[in-house]
Amino acid sequence: MIKERIVRGAGFTRALPIFFVLIVLVLATLPKYLGVMYQVKFVQAFILILLATMWNLLAGFGGLVSIGQQAFIGIGAYALVYFADILNLNPFVATLFAGIFCGLCAIPLSFLVFRLAGGYFAIGTWVVAEIIKLFTVQISALGGGSGISLAAFSGMGRETRIAAVYWSAVVTIVVVLLSTILLMRSRLGLGLTAMRDDNVAAGVLGVKVMRYRRIVFVVVAMGFGFAGSLIAMSNLRVQPDDIFSVNYSAIMIFMVVIGGLGTIEGPILGAILYYFLQDRLRDYGAWYLIVLGIIAIVTVLTAPKGLWPLITRDRISLFPTKYRVISPTKDGAR
Amino acid sequence: MVWTNAIVQGLLTGGLYALLASGLSLIFGVMRIVNLAHGDFSILAAYAVISVAMHTNLIGGIVLVLPVMALLGYFLQRTLLNKSLAMGVLSPLLITFAFSIIIQNVLLQVYTANNKSILTGRFSSESIKISKDLQIGLLPLVTFLAGVIVTVCLHYFLNHSQLGRALRATSDDPMAADLVGINNRHIYGIATAIGLFSAGIGGVLFGMRTQFAPSFGPIALVFAFEAVIIGGLGSLWGTLLGGVVLGIAQGIGSQIQPAYGILAGHIVFIAVLVLRPQGLLPKQMGAQK
Repeated sequence: MIKERIVRGAGFTRALPIFFVLIVLVLATLPKYLGVMYQVKFVQAFILILLATMWNLLAGFGGLVSIGQQAFIGIGAYALVYFADILNLNPFVATLFAGIFCGLCAIPLSFLVFRLAGGYFAIGTWVVAEIIKLFTVQISALGGGSGISLAAFSGMGRETRIAAVYWSAVVTIVVVLLSTILLMRSRLGLGLTAMRDDNVAAGVLGVKVMRYRRIVFVVVAMGFGFAGSLIAMSNLRVQPDDIFSVNYSAIMIFMVVIGGLGTIEGPILGAILYYFLQDRLRDYGAWYLIVLGIIAIVTVLTAPKGLWPLITRDRISLFPTKYRVISPTKDGAR
Repeated sequence: MVWTNAIVQGLLTGGLYALLASGLSLIFGVMRIVNLAHGDFSILAAYAVISVAMHTNLIGGIVLVLPVMALLGYFLQRTLLNKSLAMGVLSPLLITFAFSIIIQNVLLQVYTANNKSILTGRFSSESIKISKDLQIGLLPLVTFLAGVIVTVCLHYFLNHSQLGRALRATSDDPMAADLVGINNRHIYGIATAIGLFSAGIGGVLFGMRTQFAPSFGPIALVFAFEAVIIGGLGSLWGTLLGGVVLGIAQGIGSQIQPAYGILAGHIVFIAVLVLRPQGLLPKQMGAQK
């Protein structure tokens, strides 16, 4: 009798959780050994990984190609400053609230932008981000056009502050990555994976495409809110033109496309690659963005699935979310 | 009277938005892709006219640059975009977004971030006096007429020429068009060539009317996009109407307070999206769907 087994990851992936716990422990103890400068660099890398993971969830799985997610980065950053400085909340509690606030904002906005599809959805989200920026600039309590500084940390010493930001970045990235993996392993994740492969077919099979898209849009907005408040915490200043900049979208798209759209590992790889590229090319000014653009075009045309599936040939998955069929023919059971 | 003036000026500006939008709409109508670099191509054309005009004159610059824009469109479509079309909806979006980033930064390297404008001498300051308080500038009038003329030309081209029929056929059903002997890849190239040609006209007029910088491409794209959505997807006349409505909204907004101009346009766009998502003139017309 032929018996096929359906498994989610195999062999070495069972040892991975232990490995990840070790990584997290190492990351958590790093400030003891690393200088302030490296902590700042790690925070930057964590923010990039966070942004790439969220954009991938939205575009790679939800099929929602947005170039306006900086709206939620900006709302998150401003919300953090507002909750921490004006309402005098603990900055870490304020981060949580900033994320939730972004999720709440995303619900009505989704009804607006979901009226558009495809490429027009992309520009539509961008216009919404621009409108939110224009409104923010009008609010004098938030500093208007010149922006606002975060004062909540002013009582702290520099080293304590940077370590605090570092730890909140570690906590955020662990929570967000874990929730992403759990989400992708859930019923919702199965639906999203089906939508990634074929939208229409998934709908026919009973996946509630619209509802799932809305859920993803809201969840991802919360993630961007966390990222925005981390950015505000590490820069100590929020400026409307920077925080609502469409460059965030350009960077996110670059990281995800290079790493591998629609995989969980790819965007992380893309974020790490981008981090080092940016470190190297930063001194070249505008040329650096030109080079990024050319790399993106070449990747889209020659390796449309991105680097991760290319390197691993789709065989290795660090975060096992998909099922695969193990056929017993190897054992001679035919 | 200030209000009449604001509305008339807005209406004339609307022609410019229609110009920028018609190419965007045509490319989308034929290939279902949104050219995210559309605004950057118009700014590129404006800079190119400045450079060429330095060696010849303004007319020479325009006559030379616009056909080059069309050729550039055809070339990019045949080399990069056609390849990406076969790879799903995401690839063309990513590629045109990359174009946008590349063009902006190349312009930044070549022309710096300083504001420039296309000098037209007396042409930009002459005006026709309608009444004591109402004057119509010659340049805004020409801009508006250009928008109308391009819309009319596109309409006749799509409905009454062999090539226009082929474009509509490919838009309706690329496979069937292929069966009856239409070369879709060539047709796509033609669509992008026309798109960039009209984007170029828009960019040049934009550059004559206001100062611009390399970062203005996205703004031009946003206005074009809003005109398309307000007017109704896939309708040429709708796009013209959308541009005019957007222009008037901005005119009235800036009359209230200069900073409110762009915001007023955005609000009208949101209002249309919420109350009438199919746009003001959604009727199917020409090659568009």
